[in-house]
Amino acid sequence: MRKLVTKKFVLIVLLSMIIPATGFAADTIKIGVAGPHSGDLAAYGIPTKEAAEMVAAQVNAAGGVLGMQVEVLPMDDQCKPEIATNVATKLVSEGVSVVIGHVCSGATKAALGIYNEAKIIAISPSATNPPLTQSGEYPNFYRTIAPDDDQGKLAADFVTKKLGAKKIAIIHDKGDYGKGFADFSKQFIEAAGMAEIVLFEGITPGAMDYSAVVQKIRHENADAVIFGGYHPEASKLVGQMNKKRMKIPFVGPDGVKGDGFLEIAGKDAEGVYATGPMDVSAYPENKQAKADYTSKYGKEPGTFFDQGYAAMQAALNAIKVSGGTDYAGLEKALKNSFVDTTVGKIKFDAKGDAEGVGFSVYQVQDGKFVELK
Amino acid sequence: MQYFLELSCSGLVRGSIYALIALGYTMVYGIIQLINFAHGEIYMIGAFIALIVAGVLTIYGFSGVSILILAGLIATIYAAAYGYTLEKIAYRPLRNAPRLSPLISAIGMSLFLQNYVLLAQTPDFLSFPSLIPDFGFMEPVAHIMGSAELVILVTSAVAMVALTVLIKYTRIGKAMRATQQDMTMARLVGVNVDNVISVTFVLGSVLAAIGGVLVGSYIGQINFYIGFMAGVKAFTAAVLGGIGNIPGAVLGAMVLGLAESFAAGYISSAYEDVFAFGVLVLILILRPSGLLGKAVKQKV
Repeated sequence: MRKLVTKKFVLIVLLSMIIPATGFAADTIKIGVAGPHSGDLAAYGIPTKEAAEMVAAQVNAAGGVLGMQVEVLPMDDQCKPEIATNVATKLVSEGVSVVIGHVCSGATKAALGIYNEAKIIAISPSATNPPLTQSGEYPNFYRTIAPDDDQGKLAADFVTKKLGAKKIAIIHDKGDYGKGFADFSKQFIEAAGMAEIVLFEGITPGAMDYSAVVQKIRHENADAVIFGGYHPEASKLVGQMNKKRMKIPFVGPDGVKGDGFLEIAGKDAEGVYATGPMDVSAYPENKQAKADYTSKYGKEPGTFFDQGYAAMQAALNAIKVSGGTDYAGLEKALKNSFVDTTVGKIKFDAKGDAEGVGFSVYQVQDGKFVELK
Repeated sequence: MQYFLELSCSGLVRGSIYALIALGYTMVYGIIQLINFAHGEIYMIGAFIALIVAGVLTIYGFSGVSILILAGLIATIYAAAYGYTLEKIAYRPLRNAPRLSPLISAIGMSLFLQNYVLLAQTPDFLSFPSLIPDFGFMEPVAHIMGSAELVILVTSAVAMVALTVLIKYTRIGKAMRATQQDMTMARLVGVNVDNVISVTFVLGSVLAAIGGVLVGSYIGQINFYIGFMAGVKAFTAAVLGGIGNIPGAVLGAMVLGLAESFAAGYISSAYEDVFAFGVLVLILILRPSGLLGKAVKQKV
């Protein structure tokens, strides 16, 4: 008998912990934050959760949005698509207005259909898979990070429009990262039709030298080289191109843009172009958020913190501008009104990608990578 | 036509580096029938020593060619010491053991030396100063053969001629040839076989270190792992030419270098290794003992 009473008591206590979380309906704005908060990918999800909580705390301290308090509902999807659908169903039934997330592209894709049916907007800080926005399947999806093909597109645009190259050689290291970048560049150059790809070829990382490939680039009369891969091969290539007195532009991805390349390539690095994430550390919002984080947690913020913070800022701004949480109003606000965030002053394009975030082209000038405006 | 010459030149450059390493494999095999898998590591160590010496010499105000010669000299002496020690501690105690034991010892030494350099130096790539000066050739010669390529070709040719002279016309060379033909008999007529084997390792290491220094200043970067792939390719070249045969190793290396270069130039560099090893398979099917190798009759 006594045992049963204890059990009931425990049950009541447990229930009482659940009730307040779902209790207020009208006077709070609920924002779901979904991502991996446990498991081996937790490092990618927790910074976004912390960022969302920080923004909410700040806004609440200043009186909330439209006079209502903001409530953050974190949900753990462990980056697994099957858990993500459960999380999405749960968040929908909780009545969230906006979801910040999910973090992994696979989990995001699984959850988006559910949000779409429920007419809930999702803003991901980190799902970079290009079709999520480009397929047009998920009109409710937005992201504060540039998609994977953005670097390839930027390199393609830069080489054809800025450098005016007509014959382009694309070299890659046959790996996922390098070949992926090379494939996207190729695709965008072909689509634009402004230049011809005279060479598309893989090289073997760790081969003794690349002089045969360099001769081939020259033989094809290429007037620019796009390289997909990492810095050791890039420095070997630029070194041998210089030895062969080839003075054509060399453009690499963010795997080239780093101190490793500058150290190994030395003098040969001068003038080389590389794409890399835009430098956001100068924005006042970003400085402020980082300082707040460091004073609160005593360490540097983790991966996707900037993007998560920006997603939460964009969501709350949209609610404020549209004067409510209805879908059409939020959509209009996200796509039309600029907001100052940790990743710069952004709004979203018709497909849901943030305008004004992404990659920049850098050039080595006097032994340093300098962002080209 | 110019393109053909350009590709031939890159092929020959690659081939002569392979040849410098392959000679060490083939000489050691000729004398003690051991495939010295740690030989690629000697090449890598040669490059590292040269880098360190070059760094020190630059601080003391030396420049250009003097660094190249001094660093190359010290690197070869060091690498020779490594080769000598390697033979003493890893192979000599196993001289009379079954053939598999020294082979396993060789693989062990290879892993040991790689990891030793990784821990003692760095796992990252290091920048290697380009020690070979630019002679400022006129076009289009500069495209076909730059100064670095010329230096590599000349240096390896000189090294190979010197090796041939040493083996053909000196006392120790005669002793090496005698040991290669029959070790027991050589010992009976008073040849100090242990010395001959040590000298073989030292010579092989010197050639490999020269290769390491040349490659370092040609491509401008080294790391602890460069010896592995170069070693595999050079071993392939030695087998291609007929392992144990000295001119065969040089010929095999040139064939391999040219095959890789033409495959990269006319077909696709993504497949250059496929063609290199395809050539090896083809030659081993048609001539199982290699290009210049003689079929060895089993002594009963």
